Amino acid sequence: MASEERKLVEVKNLKKYFRVGRNSILKAVDDVSFFIRKGETLGLVGESGCGKTTTGRTVIGMYSATSGKVFFDGVDIHSLDKKAKKDFSKRAQIIFQDPYASLDPRMTVGDIIGEGIDIHGLYSGKQRTEKINELLGLVGLNKEHANRFPHEFSGGQRQRIGIARAFAVEPEFIVCDEPISALDVSIQAQIVNLLINLQRNTGLTYLFIAHDLSMVKHISDRVAVMYLGTMVELASSAELYKNPLHPYTQALLSAIPIPDPEIERSRKRIVLEGDVPSPINPSPGCRFRARCRYAKPICSEVMPEFKEVGKDHFVACHLL
Amino acid sequence: MMELDKDKFKIIGCENADADVIVRPNITYWQDAWRRLKQNKIAMVALVMLCIIIFMCLFGPYLAKYKFSDQDMSLIDKGPSAEHWFGTDNLGRDLFARVWIGGRVSIAIGIVGTLIEILVGCIYGGAAGYFGGLVDDIMMRIVEIIVSIPYMIVVILASIVLGKGIGALIIALCITGWTGIARIIRGQVMQLKESEYVLAARALGASSNRVILKHLIPNTIGEIIVYISFDIPSFIFAEAFLSFIGLGIQPPDTSWGAMASLAQPKFQFYPHELMVPSLAICLTMLSFNLLGDGLRDALDPRLRQ
Repeated sequence: MASEERKLVEVKNLKKYFRVGRNSILKAVDDVSFFIRKGETLGLVGESGCGKTTTGRTVIGMYSATSGKVFFDGVDIHSLDKKAKKDFSKRAQIIFQDPYASLDPRMTVGDIIGEGIDIHGLYSGKQRTEKINELLGLVGLNKEHANRFPHEFSGGQRQRIGIARAFAVEPEFIVCDEPISALDVSIQAQIVNLLINLQRNTGLTYLFIAHDLSMVKHISDRVAVMYLGTMVELASSAELYKNPLHPYTQALLSAIPIPDPEIERSRKRIVLEGDVPSPINPSPGCRFRARCRYAKPICSEVMPEFKEVGKDHFVACHLL
Repeated sequence: MMELDKDKFKIIGCENADADVIVRPNITYWQDAWRRLKQNKIAMVALVMLCIIIFMCLFGPYLAKYKFSDQDMSLIDKGPSAEHWFGTDNLGRDLFARVWIGGRVSIAIGIVGTLIEILVGCIYGGAAGYFGGLVDDIMMRIVEIIVSIPYMIVVILASIVLGKGIGALIIALCITGWTGIARIIRGQVMQLKESEYVLAARALGASSNRVILKHLIPNTIGEIIVYISFDIPSFIFAEAFLSFIGLGIQPPDTSWGAMASLAQPKFQFYPHELMVPSLAICLTMLSFNLLGDGLRDALDPRLRQ
């Protein structure tokens, strides 16, 4: 599957701050480092507002980074000139969360899917129509749908249109920004299986953002857990689910329902106290300490380092 | 309870391929808007009324037996008759011919003025919204300063400086009028440029030109059309008002406002002379407003079924 050697995407000390008001800074992503190997899927989980989407969007250059670097195939994408940036947009694409907001209501489905083809001048005339029909078939829609408008489709169909749009430029890397969270459960499986099949056929690399842990386990080779702008744990998906080390990951995993009433009844949930603190002007030290059961004095002083504790298993915690 | 036999049921199967078939006929955005506008009776009446008024403004003067400037001193201030359908004014001129000639001026000012406003307002508001930040701050403060000066004072001062006539009147009315649409467009553009489909286009490598032409303009056009239909009557009214106080259209040209102004001193004795232009103003403004209401409902994507 994934070749050990080749890292397609490498993120180093990525920071993305937003100014909110005069003196406040929202640290949406604060010093995050990870890499994605070619052909693998990295799952990115965390609760709402923890910076998953911002990370995804910064990785493909939709937001400029405050500091840190994002390398794609060895090239820093935030230092590209205009032309190189356009070429990069052909290689890295994004699928959005909300299938209702991400399709232009005034464009036909054919034009939406063909937008990338037009921008990059890949095909024209008859070939363009053929390519669009092929893409529609790829995501399980009919070619008659090309002349329709997005409002005529259901949520799952719209999300498939969004996927076809991203695939139109034949990218190598796709950021899936919670592509299933706006859909109901029966459609979720459809979309995830579609993504997996497409990956098998084309050798794509995914950054799969979600907050549904069981879905992430299903699709990902490795999983990263984020909390309040920082990455707390990163491991292969089997390892992470079997042996979670960070207290936050343990709490998250304990919240997954088990489809067996006997075991489910005896399942112990770790309930976190309190709410997520505000990411605006956070105090120093570990971000999770206010809700951590094992917090020690050092946790409020020093930000824990993101260190490798086992093979390919990274954790940011003072206790380990 | 009724017994349900097994052989009463029959498996008819379910084609997987049919699941995604849409039975509704293919319908574009504009077809859909027109369909909904047609269902709105009041708006349709207003639309018909407007068509009649505009048709009469174009061809009415040719139906009249007299030229709008022909004077007949033997027939001053006469009421409606077979000869003069709407009566005559204080110089014996045929009111039927004059009301349509006046309508030409009024409606032309309404349409030309609105188009100028839309053009200036869209470019200004679009630029402010699209670039945002400091550019937006400065541009919008300028708008606020312009808006804070009473509208009529600016218009009256401008028309005194620019002189009298149709051109001067349109410029005077447009000096401050474009701020309304500029604000609307700015708000729309700010909202749209953050929308996910614009972000998606950007992620696909779309240039600013493409985003503006393919996404921003098509998605604001509904708003602009609605604004036009509300703005034309306000131009007609402002023109009538200025002509009424003597700053607008000057003889021998005429407009609805100028006609009303002429009739006003003696309307107790010859009310029809005031009635004709005022009724024309009222009906036109009312029709535009009702049509605008209908269009707003028809073009609102949130109301589509």
